[in-house]
Formats: sequence, structure tokens, C-alpha cells
Amino acid sequence: MSQTNVAAPTPTAGPATKRPPRLRIRTSWVPVLAAVAILIIMFLAAQLYFGRFLTPRLLSSLLVDNAYLMVLAAGMTFVILSGGIDLSVGAVMAFTGMLAAKLLLIGVPVAVVIPTMLAAGAVSGLIIGIMVQYFDVQPFIASLAGMFLARGLCFVVSLEAIQVKDPTVLGLQSTKLGDFEWYLTPTGIIALVVIAIAAWVLGYTRFGRTVYAIGGNVHSARLMGLPVARSKVLVYVISGICAGIAGLLFTSYTAAGYSLNGIGTELDTIAAVVIGGTLLTGGSGYALGSLIGVLVYGVIKVSITFLGADSSWTRITIGVLLLAFVVVQRLIVRRANRH
Amino acid sequence: MSEGPVVEVSGARVQFAGDVALDAVDFRLFAGEVHSLMGENGAGKSTLIRAITGVLRLDAGTILIDGQPADLTSPAAAQRAGISTVYQEIDLLPNLSVAENVLLGREPRRWGRIDWKGMRSMAGEALARLGVDIDPASTLSTHRLATQQLVAIARALTADVKVLVLDEPTSSLDQDEVAELFRVIRSLKEQGVAILFVSHFLEQVYEICDRITVLRNGRLVGEYMTTDLLRIELVQKMLGREVVDLDLLASRTVPDAMSTESEPIVSATGISRRGVLPPTSVEIFEGELLGLAGLLGSGRTEIARLLSGVDSIDGGVLRVDGTATHLHSPRDAMLRGIAYSSENRKIEGIIGELTVRENITLALQAQRGWFRRMSRARQDELSASWIEALEIRPSDPEKLAGRLSGGNQQKVMLARLLALAPRLLVLDEPTRGIDVGSKVEIQKLVTDLVESGMSVIFISAELEEVLRVAHRVLVLRDRRVIINADADSLSLDSLLAAVTKADA
Repeated sequence: MSQTNVAAPTPTAGPATKRPPRLRIRTSWVPVLAAVAILIIMFLAAQLYFGRFLTPRLLSSLLVDNAYLMVLAAGMTFVILSGGIDLSVGAVMAFTGMLAAKLLLIGVPVAVVIPTMLAAGAVSGLIIGIMVQYFDVQPFIASLAGMFLARGLCFVVSLEAIQVKDPTVLGLQSTKLGDFEWYLTPTGIIALVVIAIAAWVLGYTRFGRTVYAIGGNVHSARLMGLPVARSKVLVYVISGICAGIAGLLFTSYTAAGYSLNGIGTELDTIAAVVIGGTLLTGGSGYALGSLIGVLVYGVIKVSITFLGADSSWTRITIGVLLLAFVVVQRLIVRRANRH
Repeated sequence: MSEGPVVEVSGARVQFAGDVALDAVDFRLFAGEVHSLMGENGAGKSTLIRAITGVLRLDAGTILIDGQPADLTSPAAAQRAGISTVYQEIDLLPNLSVAENVLLGREPRRWGRIDWKGMRSMAGEALARLGVDIDPASTLSTHRLATQQLVAIARALTADVKVLVLDEPTSSLDQDEVAELFRVIRSLKEQGVAILFVSHFLEQVYEICDRITVLRNGRLVGEYMTTDLLRIELVQKMLGREVVDLDLLASRTVPDAMSTESEPIVSATGISRRGVLPPTSVEIFEGELLGLAGLLGSGRTEIARLLSGVDSIDGGVLRVDGTATHLHSPRDAMLRGIAYSSENRKIEGIIGELTVRENITLALQAQRGWFRRMSRARQDELSASWIEALEIRPSDPEKLAGRLSGGNQQKVMLARLLALAPRLLVLDEPTRGIDVGSKVEIQKLVTDLVESGMSVIFISAELEEVLRVAHRVLVLRDRRVIINADADSLSLDSLLAAVTKADA
């Protein structure tokens, strides 16, 4: 970095801007901390109400059962941070699962099938990204088109569910590492690794910071000379690849590919990301927050099951929580702007 | 100083949908010199800057950097060519940290990973050179505007800068901060950086600049050395004197009814808005044409917006027909017979995607309420009559308004407001950026309206125009009314002197 040298300022003149106190929580972390608080409160409430809720088994299953959702949320975090939205992920997840099941059925080796799944996700993301960036299509519309396309392709592959018997794919879910109480499956590990990579990329790479910049103000990002076009397309490609990985995890979880899998999952993903503190308008949020968001979602689902209530209550609760979070975020943003 | 210019623009032409924003403009920038680009609103300053910094491309003409044809296809390309820019609106990212705003895109990295610590210290040093002491890790939006502006300047300076473009960098800085900035500019100048400095503060221009280029209506007026150009000459060149057929307006008569015994239709006593306008009083009588003169930022638009309900007032009393009223919105104002035409024809006026007919009938329809839809026949009749009355060309009411020339768009806007039959029409720079012919037509139209009893507030950057059209003129400087007099008692020279703050 070459710098132009400028003489040191004269000691007298120095427009002093007050240094903010060192130990202050960044406003962008506030929603994430709120999500953590909610998670803890829910844990405690469930423990008090059900008696035996906070068990190692339940905590382990919370992670494992929602592994696919974590991966989707990681990809969605990129998209939402850039100010976009990706409605295609549920359908793409179903499609890559179908594709895998079908390919395995006709005898294609698993070493080919898994890369194919990821590639299919990437291509779908690439198409959406190109539509958004180069044809100026609203992300909502572009990814809606992607969703219909992927869902339609599911039916082309097969109308019936296709069972998966491949030991590698099934092993991702059935292999339990750890003792009987605390355990982790390869699917859970994959999910955590994906979250970790997402967090690293967003926090420590030029691309990651460009995503935040685009979400903050595309116009400014372009004037600053940042690679806006490339980054914006890449964001959807990442979300597509994540959908491919989620397809693998979900197939392993359900041991089958089915064309009606994952309907509405894109909305659960978006809800988890938003509850995890990412601003829907973009530019603020964290991959770790999305992990918390998924866990909140998981706890709600489990609690509803424990209560024996109808599963539609999961959606209702998520809806209420989402509404509350969006309002909280608006208030935070408004306070920050008043500065 | 060195031989040729660092940046040389020749024959630049830029056109936006029919409006010529820049036409045959030449411009040179020398190493080790501070060069100011001067001109009123719509003169083409921003357009030229955007061309030099790679934001938009010239429709015709060339830009040479160091004598070589430059490939300025994007802001990134311009930055690679050594052109750093601080834009007029602070184009930073409020959601990121100060350090990132200074260094984003060229952060120090270690093994592909951003070196946050190194980045914070680099940003801290860059800011320290501007005399700013803030935590580089803090979020940009937590700082006040002036600090943000200094951050933008720090960003421009951390690049390998050959040409530094500063578009109104001082608009939100206080005196000390300006002094600090000027110190940095001088030091850069000594190192041979070419600096383009745009500001509408004349004092600052005269303090720091070596050379001045004046633009008017997208055309080049000339290039001058600051030492050779008197302030009054500069203002004259910026505002221009166009020879217009005066006969058209010769029949101007000041209505007698307007004398003191009659009640003003709108009278504002000490109206103000925090941070926008200090307490100001204005009165306008029936059938009067009140001109507001002053430079950009003098408060002329601010008054218009307060009088017509676009911005609401914080203090003072606004009386319409003698009754104190509070205008909450332009709609409120319209219901009381006050119509406002914005200086931003494109953004706040004409809806380019709608037809001329729809644009004309829009306001009247809105006033009637959307449930009492005007019949198509009524709309056709209305638009046809206004197209004829105002001689809008082309005369096809179904043409998209965006396709019309600037002058005709202005007439469509006028037609929209006139269809409401207002009693007071507030026109903010109705003749800006349109050709001389249409200008005269609009001036004539306004005079006719006034003769038929309507009151008009006419704002223009062209002093001569104000003087010729108005019955009474308010001259503004630094958001204060400094002259309130009959147009007949004023001369162009006295106006010029008042506006520029030089001794008359």
C-alpha cells in the first residue's frame, strides 16, 4: 500500500471528535445477543415446564436434526447481508436430493454424485445471480423463478419418493460419534464447519467485507471501486452450493429423495437468519447469529412436539417471534440513525 | 511545474434522455495545482466530475491522463489510474467501521486474511494526518457528518493519489476543520498532486485555488487564473448574461392594487426551520410577481419549500389570507391555493413513464380524490387545452413525458399546477437547464399569469432574469434576506454586488 505523505498536523489545530468509550457493544451485535437471550430463556422455561428438557441427548439432536437448516442459513446469510433474498433454497435442496437419489439408484458412484449435487446448486445460484446482477431482476422474482424451476425439475426426476440405500450417504447421519448421551453425526459436523467457514469468510476476507459494503449501500460500494458485480453473483452461487450441501444432509436424514421435500424451508431459513440478528435490508449481521437463529427455531419445534400440540403452532410461534425481531431491529436502526 | 496537464478533457459531451448536461467542454488539471470548477446548479460540474472519476462515460470527447488516452470505464479503473475522489454526498458505508471505510478494497492482508489490527492502525494514522482522533474500530454511523466527511477524505488520501477530486468537501466542516483540510491540500500540492476542488463558498475558492474553470448550462465559459479574476467577474460568468428579446416582456406593469392598503395573500412572519432557515419574513400580494435572487445555498429554495408546505416550519407564523395556518404537506398548501414546482424537475416533478396527459391531470385528479375519477373525455379535453395554451411540443398528449425536452417538461409541470387554478404559484428555477427559446416562453407565460391576477414567486439563479420578470425582488445571502425592493429600483450591478458580498 503506497501512501501519500502529508506533514503531521500542527499541534494546535485538531478538531477533536470524541473517542467513544472503548468497551461498547457494537449495535450490530445487539440483535444477536437478543437472540442468545431468547434462546437461553426458552431453554430455561422449557426445563422448568417439562422437567427434563436440557439433556445432552436433546441438545445433540437439536444440532443434528437441524443440520440442513444451518447450512441453508449460512448461505442465506450471505444473500441477505448483500441486501438480497433467495427463495429458491428449499426447492434446490429438494432437487439436489432427488437428483442424488436417482443417480445413486442407477448406479452412479457416490464420489460423483456428491460433487454433482454441489454443482447443481451452484449452477442454480449462478443463474439467479446473473439475473439479479446483469438483468436487473428483483432478487425476490429471480429466486422465485429459480424456486419454480428447481421444484419443477424435481417432478421431472420422479413423482414418487426414491429410497436411498447408499451406505456413505446414510452413514453421514447414522454414524454417531461420542458416547450415548452426547453425540454428533457427520451431518452435524458438516453444518458446524459450514457455519465456521461462513463466519470466517464474512469476517476476514475482502469478499466478505464487500458483501457487507454492498448491503450497506451498493452505490457507495461501486464508487469505492469494490468488485460489486462479481460479489453479488457470488453471493447467490454460495447460497446455491449451500442448498446443494443441505440437499445431501437432508437426503441422508430422511434416507430418501422426494419431490415435495423442503416446501416452505426457504421461509424457515429466512426466519432463522432474521431472528439471528441479520438485517433484512442488508449490511448488518453475522453467520454465528444465523446459527443461534436456527437453534431458536429448533427449540420451538421441539417444545411444540413436547407439548403435543399441533405442529402448525411451530409456524405461529416463529411468525410471532419474527415479527417481534423485525420490529426490534427497526427500532435499533432508527436509534442508530438518530445519531 | 511540469509540462503538460495531468488530466486533459476535450470536447466532452454528455446527454441524459434529451437533456444535454455537458457540451463541448474542455478542462485541464495540472500537477501541483489546485483547480476549482465553478458554476450554478445544472452547470455540469457534477457531470464532468463523474466523467473524470469513471462513474459515467462521455458520449463524445476524450479524456487524457498524462497525455495518454485513459480507460475510465468504472470508478475502480479511475482509482487504478490514480484518481481519488471525495464525492459531494458522503458516499461511505455507515454500517461498517471507520477503518474499513478508509481502507476497504485495499486492506492489508496476511495469507488472504484481512489483518484487522494492521488495518486499524493504518486507518488511525491516515486520520491522524487530518487531525482526526477517533477510534478506527467504531462504526461510521456513530460519528457526526463532519467527521464522516473527513473519513472520506482520509480514504481518498490513502490511495496512491495522483489526482484528488474534492466535490464540496467542506459543506459540513467547521472553520477549524476546513483549515486542517486546507493544510493537507497545500501539502499534497507541494508533492505534485493535481487537485480538483469544488465548493460554492467563494472565500474558500479564492483562498486555496490557483486556477478556476467556469461552466454554465453545460458549456464552458472559460478558464482563468484565480489572481486574474475578480470575484464579481466570477459570479457574473457563473450566472451569465444572456441577450434575450426584451420586447416580449416590455409590457410589464406593476398592479396598483398591490400597494400597502391591500392584504397580502400569503404573509410569513419570522418563519424558520432548524438547521435550514433562520427566522425570515416574506409577504406576497395578489397579482404580484416576487423574485427570489441569490446564489446556490443562499436560502432561496428553502424559503420556497417552507411557503409551499414541502417542509414544515418550526417557528414563526404563516398567514394565508390573514388567517394563521400550518401547512403540513404540499397537499395542504394546494388546498389553500399554493402550488409548488420543484427545482428538481426530474426527481420531484415529471413522471417520465407516464404520458403528457397523465402528467397534466395528475394533480387535479389527486385533489379530487381517487374515487372521483375524471372521465377520459375530460382528461383529453383538459390536456389538449393546456398543450395548446402553453404550446407544448410535440403536441401529442399520449407521448411519454420523459421523452420531451427540458423546456417542454417544464411546461407540462406548469400545466399540471395551473390545472389546479392556484392563487400563488411558487416556481423554483423553472428555467434551469432549458434552451433560451423555451426560457423566454416560460418567462412570458409567467408574466401573463400574473397579469391575470395570479401571484407568483419566481426563483432563478440568473439575476438578470429575476430582475426582468419580477415586480419586487428579495435578495438572499447566507440564508438571510439582505434586500427587499422594487425591481425597478435595482440594477444588475447592484444585485451582483449584493449577492457576492463585495463592495458595491
